[in-house]
Amino acid sequence: MTPRPVHAGAPVLVAVLLIASCSPDGDPGDPEEAPETVEDTDEVDPTDEDAEETDVEETDDEGRPTDDPEDEAATADGATVTLLTHDSFDVSEDVLDLFTESTGHAVDVVPLGDAGTALNQTILTGDAPQGDLLFGVDNTFLSRAIDEGIFTTHESPLLDEVAEGFVLDDQHRVTPVDRGDVCLNYDVAYFEEAGLDVPEELTDLTEPEYEGLLTVTNPATSSPGLAFLLATVETFGEDGYLDFWERLQANDVLVTDGWSEAYYDEFSGAGDGDRPLVVSYASSPPAEVIFAEEEPEAAPTGVIEASCFRQIEFVGVLAGAEHPDEAGELIDFMLSEPFQEDIPLTMFVFPVNENAELPEVFEEHAVLPDDPLDIDFELIGEHREDWIEAWTAVVLR
Amino acid sequence: MLRITDLSVSYGDHVAVTGLSLDAPDGKVLCVLGPSGSGKSTVLRAVAGLEPPRAGTIELDGTRLDGLRPDQRDVGLMFQEHALFPHRSVDENVAFGPRMRGLGRATVRRRVEEALALVDMSATARRPVTELSGGERQRVALARSIAPRPKLLMLDEPLGSLDRTLQTRLLEDLPHVFRELGTTVVYVTHDQHEALALADRVAVMRDGRLEQVDEPAALWRAPRTTFVADFLGLTYLTALPVRDGVASGPWGPLPVPGTPDGEHDVVLLPGAVRATDPQRPRRPGELAVPAYVADRRFAGDHVRLVATPDAGPRLSVAVRSEVVPAPGDRCELALDPRAVRVLEDDGAADGPLALTLTSPSRPSSSEHPAQEPS
Amino acid sequence: MNAARTRSRRGTTAALLTVPAAFLAVFFLYPVATIVVTGLAPEGHPELGVLGRVVTDPSVREVAWFTLWQALLSTAATLAVGLPGAYVLSRIDFRGRRLLQAGVTIPFVLPTVVVGSAFLALLGPRSPVNAALSALLGEAAPTLDLRRTVTAILVAHVFFNYAVVVRTVGGLWSLIDPRVEDAARVLGASRWRTFREVTLPLLRPAIASAAAIVFLFTFTSFGVILLLGGPGRATIEVEIHRATTQLLDLPLASTLALLQLVAVVASLLVYGRLQRRTTTQPLVGSATTLRAPRSRGERWFLRANLVLVAALLLAPLLVLVERSLSTGAGYALTNYRNLFSAERATVLAVPAGEAVRNSLVFGVAATAVAFVVGGLAATAATVSRGRAADLVDRALMVPLGTSAVTVGFGFLIALRHPPLDLRGSVLLVPVAQALIATPFVVRTLLPVLRSIDERLREAAAVLGATPARIWREVDLPIVGRAALVAAGFSFAIAVGEFGATVFLARANLPTMPTAIFRLLGRPGAANFGEAMAMSTLLMLVTAAAIVAIDRLRIGQVGRF
Repeated sequence: MTPRPVHAGAPVLVAVLLIASCSPDGDPGDPEEAPETVEDTDEVDPTDEDAEETDVEETDDEGRPTDDPEDEAATADGATVTLLTHDSFDVSEDVLDLFTESTGHAVDVVPLGDAGTALNQTILTGDAPQGDLLFGVDNTFLSRAIDEGIFTTHESPLLDEVAEGFVLDDQHRVTPVDRGDVCLNYDVAYFEEAGLDVPEELTDLTEPEYEGLLTVTNPATSSPGLAFLLATVETFGEDGYLDFWERLQANDVLVTDGWSEAYYDEFSGAGDGDRPLVVSYASSPPAEVIFAEEEPEAAPTGVIEASCFRQIEFVGVLAGAEHPDEAGELIDFMLSEPFQEDIPLTMFVFPVNENAELPEVFEEHAVLPDDPLDIDFELIGEHREDWIEAWTAVVLR
Repeated sequence: MLRITDLSVSYGDHVAVTGLSLDAPDGKVLCVLGPSGSGKSTVLRAVAGLEPPRAGTIELDGTRLDGLRPDQRDVGLMFQEHALFPHRSVDENVAFGPRMRGLGRATVRRRVEEALALVDMSATARRPVTELSGGERQRVALARSIAPRPKLLMLDEPLGSLDRTLQTRLLEDLPHVFRELGTTVVYVTHDQHEALALADRVAVMRDGRLEQVDEPAALWRAPRTTFVADFLGLTYLTALPVRDGVASGPWGPLPVPGTPDGEHDVVLLPGAVRATDPQRPRRPGELAVPAYVADRRFAGDHVRLVATPDAGPRLSVAVRSEVVPAPGDRCELALDPRAVRVLEDDGAADGPLALTLTSPSRPSSSEHPAQEPS
Repeated sequence: MNAARTRSRRGTTAALLTVPAAFLAVFFLYPVATIVVTGLAPEGHPELGVLGRVVTDPSVREVAWFTLWQALLSTAATLAVGLPGAYVLSRIDFRGRRLLQAGVTIPFVLPTVVVGSAFLALLGPRSPVNAALSALLGEAAPTLDLRRTVTAILVAHVFFNYAVVVRTVGGLWSLIDPRVEDAARVLGASRWRTFREVTLPLLRPAIASAAAIVFLFTFTSFGVILLLGGPGRATIEVEIHRATTQLLDLPLASTLALLQLVAVVASLLVYGRLQRRTTTQPLVGSATTLRAPRSRGERWFLRANLVLVAALLLAPLLVLVERSLSTGAGYALTNYRNLFSAERATVLAVPAGEAVRNSLVFGVAATAVAFVVGGLAATAATVSRGRAADLVDRALMVPLGTSAVTVGFGFLIALRHPPLDLRGSVLLVPVAQALIATPFVVRTLLPVLRSIDERLREAAAVLGATPARIWREVDLPIVGRAALVAAGFSFAIAVGEFGATVFLARANLPTMPTAIFRLLGRPGAANFGEAMAMSTLLMLVTAAAIVAIDRLRIGQVGRF
């Protein structure tokens, strides 16, 4: 372990840290573990051998690599950019390698929990953030991120290839990366067998024939839940959405706290549940095709277009970033075609770059409404808590 | 009167008591004597209703106890190691039984006072039982078991965990307490000394069966089996050939009238063997047992000699004369040929002891004057 | 001389306590204090008005009230179900007893995320109970649907905490001489009266400390409430999570965290008092208190308990296994094959082998940390028997009752400036796990350390053993086994830890619970199947650890 002068003033802490740090990979008493960890980190970045390996070791032992002057020396040809994100982020290894190859910068991905958690953590660590950029703020929470001033500007040249509607911040503190609309999904087989029409409009859901069929998620704890609530606000207006929810409530709507309970435990189209309508994503039907045990002809689930609410996810360089320029380069890369074309099959959302081609399974099974429901993000920011609270009072209490 | 008929108790596959029939007469003390594991405690637990019998009946004063729960039987049981309630004080322990019988506050208090007075523990009434010494605990346990005035009082090795001085003292107190109470007492012990001191009748148990029931003196005078003889600390000679009512022993003929011809085990009754000396020479009719002294132990008012005869098993005798031979010396013992009994063949000597004549090697045999004429 | 000895003992205690105290201060007090202060003094000066605002808010009061009564009810239910179980497992000998004793501990170390889905299936309209009902009654059968009810919360709380009662109370029960109860029976007390007047008072310290711990766990319940209680119900812990991760209302979160801390410390104080009483309570030694069931009533009692354990504890675990094996066309190992054959094509993809290995490595690291910290604290408490050691011992338990989100966020906010800049460090995961595992190490080691009879060491010394030799020949063999048990149990706890790990685990080093969480966050039957397979693996790893340490027959695991 490299001695660090900063520890000298706190010998007790050094002792604690020594005890703690010798175990995961540096324990001399456990020779098997050390090489394995190195090998593991190797896999993260197989292209950049010597320099990266040193860097990775430092990272594992010491914490954040870029604090150390030695680290800078070790990665003279590039820095390690730390990308903070939520748990649903993903990207193919070889795509990320393209970035490292072309820029010389390694990328360290740090998931921080769900989207809300990731954003709030980043806000709370504002002056010394855990990374250089944050991905995963969507339009329903964008105003909070902007108001808190956690992002600094970066205008990507690739914005030319992005439809204007997705660029919500004209100061470019945030850059759109993907769109994943939240829509009601339905169980195709159920409606066929029951001889029931798939509801076309949100108001249909309050009809008696759809009683007890719908599962939604709690907007206070789940981001698709919030999007669906916003969809009802947009459809029925601020004066009308609570009426709709009251009628929905009377029609035996079921609320769960999280998406996975709703989707796997209540929805009949994907899991063990017995409700054929659920709040999910426009991309869920192709996901059901890809992750089926045997690939079906047609997706077992479908999307009700009139219920779709636009969710755009953004990335931004953090105000306290150590490597703002490199972070900007990563943002540019995230807008480029290789990354954009990787998005559908890793994150199950749609690219914003108009030149990016959709994979076949998305072309075939995904429905992406041209003009989904949408509310201005600043308006959402102003009313989000009130709407949620009013909803909670009507539906849960 | 307690009457046990044909009682069998088993724990899973293990048979603890089998086919046992036993009476405990009113107001008398019945001692159940036997080595550990012989089923003594199980009999008490079955009578108390703590073990369900597999077969047999138990009657107390003509009432069948079998179907009753322990709390309905009105018997007292003093447990081995006492089993006092550690969370209660001395008087609360003693008051428990009377309280359970729904007696009034004043009656309960009187019973507690009486019981504690009987065992001389009135001064410690308020103390937590965890602070008591072994002897005090024993007395409290006794007081607790008599306080409800049960029709039958049973005691399971009550002196087992105490040191010898205390044992001796309590052994002197107990008959007094039993007399005072006047109830029927069943007293379980592995110590023949206790049984001798307390019992009106002694029941010897072995492997879950009853081996012999008798008054103490009768038991010593006529042990029926090698097991009983062994347990009482008596010496016996195995497999002596008997012909026409006379057994040929290693030291001469022993009259055993009425015994059929064949091989038989013969026990030497207490007082059968004595040491001779010039003042007390061998009398006519006594057989000479030439031997040398193997060991010599002082026992207060007498000396105990362990002698190895030239033939036959080791013998142990008490000597009261001033001159006592030293180990290695020759000596002559005298055997009264009338003080022998033929034992029933019970298979107790089936082990390696069967071939040689043996005397009990229990350590207590040297300390209890078992072969002293009593 | 006495004063000198006391002084040197104090010195030893202080030296021993340095590391545990520092660990607690740096990795618990400092982070939690940081986040609470951030909430209550956002501009650098305290704004205590927020305290009053929150405490008088009717919805907060409602949450606090619900938290309290569901915890009390859950504690009562767990005791009601657990006490007969404690009796059966400590008094009745039957085949498979030891295995069962180990088995009931598995739920305790499993995270909610693993069993939640199985629980929903068992409580929902398609449960075996409902299947049996409709088979019996046909169309007229009522459908039991316990999802999103308080009953579901209670059932789950019993499921997770059953072991605490069985182990804690059963441990004491097996030390109570059954003849004491027999004595009461012979003295005329009925079965019930004997239980009330003799057994219960003797068990009271153990019952009370088990109750305090179950109360602590259920008062701070999070996953169970979210998953099974439905969105209408929230405990303080749930509200802290929501206020922190969704609303970013730190004043609210901090106030709630303080409120919860008060309740937790209070129940730990109660627990501490009772603990002292347990240690001073003399127990009746007895050869063995175990025996085969004798009466017919006892056999029925045993059977009823086994059925209950099977229904309550085994069923959810079996459903988990069943789901992991189920494919579209019958049962197969497809999910496991997929799990292990998955190539690491994307950054956050989780090949099973890696997650298992990370979990094991982190678990070993956390165990090492917990062992050093807990071992030193337990040694200090044995040497001194004084206040400071007791205080550290109690304080080490506070993290058990502290919101994972408070600790997780606290870590991230507090530990980001030199000299303690641990941003992104892999150390945080084992440290957070060790925080949860340490109290279990202390609880396992302390009674054993205290039970070593000084006369054993004296005997060894008289027989010619040097002090070092005494330690090796006397202390080590006795403590060694307990140490293995403590290590094994803290390993199981660390492997199952989810709440704090999920904030801290890094993308390239997912643990089994975080992998399950990620798999469940994606659509597609294969993902769900793999999540179930991974859950089953996690269950097997923790079960293996627990069964292994139970073989050591120390019998103290999970005892409080």
